[in-house]
Amino acid sequence: MDFISILSIFVMACFVGYYVVWSVTPALHTPLMAVTNAISSVIIVGALIASAAGGSPTAKWLGLIAVALASVNIFGGFAVTARMLAMYKKKER
Amino acid sequence: MEHAAPPAWVMLAYLISGVFFILALRGLSSPATSQQGNRFGMAGMLIAVVTTLVTHDVASLPEILGAIFIGGGIGWVTARRIAMTDMPQLVAAFHSLVGMAAVLVAAAAFLNPEAFGINGADGLMNPVSRVEMGLGIAIGAITFSGSVIAFLKLAGKMSGAPIMLPMRHVVNLGTLAAILGLIAYFTVDQSPWIFWTITALAFVIGFLLIIPIGGADMPVVVSMLNSYSGWAAAAMGFTLHNTAMIITGALVGSSGAILSYIMCKAMNRSFISVIAGGFGAEASATGGPAKEQRPWKRGSAEDAAYMMQQAESVIIVPGYGMAVAQAQHILREMADVLKKQGVSVKYAIHPVAGRMPGHMNVLLAEAQVPYDEVFELEDINSEFAQTDVAFIIGANDVVNPAAKTDKTSPIYGMPVFDVDKAKTVFFVKRSMGGVGYAGVDNDVFYMDQTMMLLADAKKMCEDIVKALQH
Repeated sequence: MDFISILSIFVMACFVGYYVVWSVTPALHTPLMAVTNAISSVIIVGALIASAAGGSPTAKWLGLIAVALASVNIFGGFAVTARMLAMYKKKER
Repeated sequence: MEHAAPPAWVMLAYLISGVFFILALRGLSSPATSQQGNRFGMAGMLIAVVTTLVTHDVASLPEILGAIFIGGGIGWVTARRIAMTDMPQLVAAFHSLVGMAAVLVAAAAFLNPEAFGINGADGLMNPVSRVEMGLGIAIGAITFSGSVIAFLKLAGKMSGAPIMLPMRHVVNLGTLAAILGLIAYFTVDQSPWIFWTITALAFVIGFLLIIPIGGADMPVVVSMLNSYSGWAAAAMGFTLHNTAMIITGALVGSSGAILSYIMCKAMNRSFISVIAGGFGAEASATGGPAKEQRPWKRGSAEDAAYMMQQAESVIIVPGYGMAVAQAQHILREMADVLKKQGVSVKYAIHPVAGRMPGHMNVLLAEAQVPYDEVFELEDINSEFAQTDVAFIIGANDVVNPAAKTDKTSPIYGMPVFDVDKAKTVFFVKRSMGGVGYAGVDNDVFYMDQTMMLLADAKKMCEDIVKALQH
């Protein structure tokens, strides 16, 4: 992909993000932060590439540490979000 | 060498992963759809990880699975055990991990650019990749060190008071300028020293930026760091030409930016003034001028119980003090007893109540308060005039009428609850001495219809429940 196509995806995604986030109810702003935390750990993709590649052992180890850190976030972020969301209950009628 | 174009299905897989992340946020528009949304998020992550693993020659699968297992285990256990009141510091800690992961990935890419396919024909990295990488590592490092400070302040391991260094604006701007200058220079000279200097300076600036910001401004800081962690992921997405990372980075970046904006607006302060820091420091530094002694009334738990039983409607205004006292469960019990006796009970939440956006809502949800009894500022504020009792527990600045009338007040212009219009006000507070974060006196204390309930919030609610059951 050339730089311009990537930039286009990025700019469009910023607009999508803008509208989607404004539609989030304020009551769920804490779960929003927790889940954005989890999904920003998609950076694990880069960490996996670094740790999978041969060539530089240092880069491989940096990658493995990054994989571990991102995993803390992915599992922790989704789990804590699920835990919080499960607590939001409607009035029993 | 240009990027060897990956097969079309790979691009598609990352795109689907990105779309699933959009759906994850979309689900949060209502509590009813939110759990489904969270599952979309998990699916998106799974797709991204599996796609990456199957499209690369993985030389070290056991190590990678080991790293995922260790990290994932720590994350899972932490998420299960953490108390809901500790959520702000947990989120700050998680932000720091994203920041560190971004730094490590950028460093790995710098050491082994071949693996990431970002080398040009001359064996050097493409200039565009260098800018992306420089930005990625700088934002990642700022996110990391900033979040560590935010974590320490939120967890009470470091004073929440703003720490003012001399000449800090000059030092901060100088450091930022140096980082940007070095990133520009990095495009013509990819020597390691430039890369590592950028990294070091970025760690320092993240630290310097958050140090002068006080405890109650943390909602803005946490949101801002949330935003940075997104931009860091996006920058790395540009380096790796990865759609999932770019979409996610843009989503998270916008999300944090919007939350920061909402928080600033709810305090009527500009983003710049929050970031410049030091709010609330002047008042505490002077020790506070001798306050005029004004008469105020002290109420008891029995008074509160009696008045609320007689009332038709009660609005509860919780604040950070409720979280500190862990009073949310007993507060809900109190509301339950009142509801059984035919009183209408509602909760009113200010956007900046607590230490992160939505903090109070989570605590009330934890205490099993139904979310349709919890209202936002603009939805409930007009109801105070028709309300018999306003019950303020652990909040202060967000009910201060000075924000509406006193142009000299540091909180002037901040939207506040009109509790002064309620027929009776109960104000739960530990002592008369303490002032809110902004360090200003509150006229609500001295109103004719106000009774101060001076006690620990949890103890007071327990006593009221006892009195109600007599």
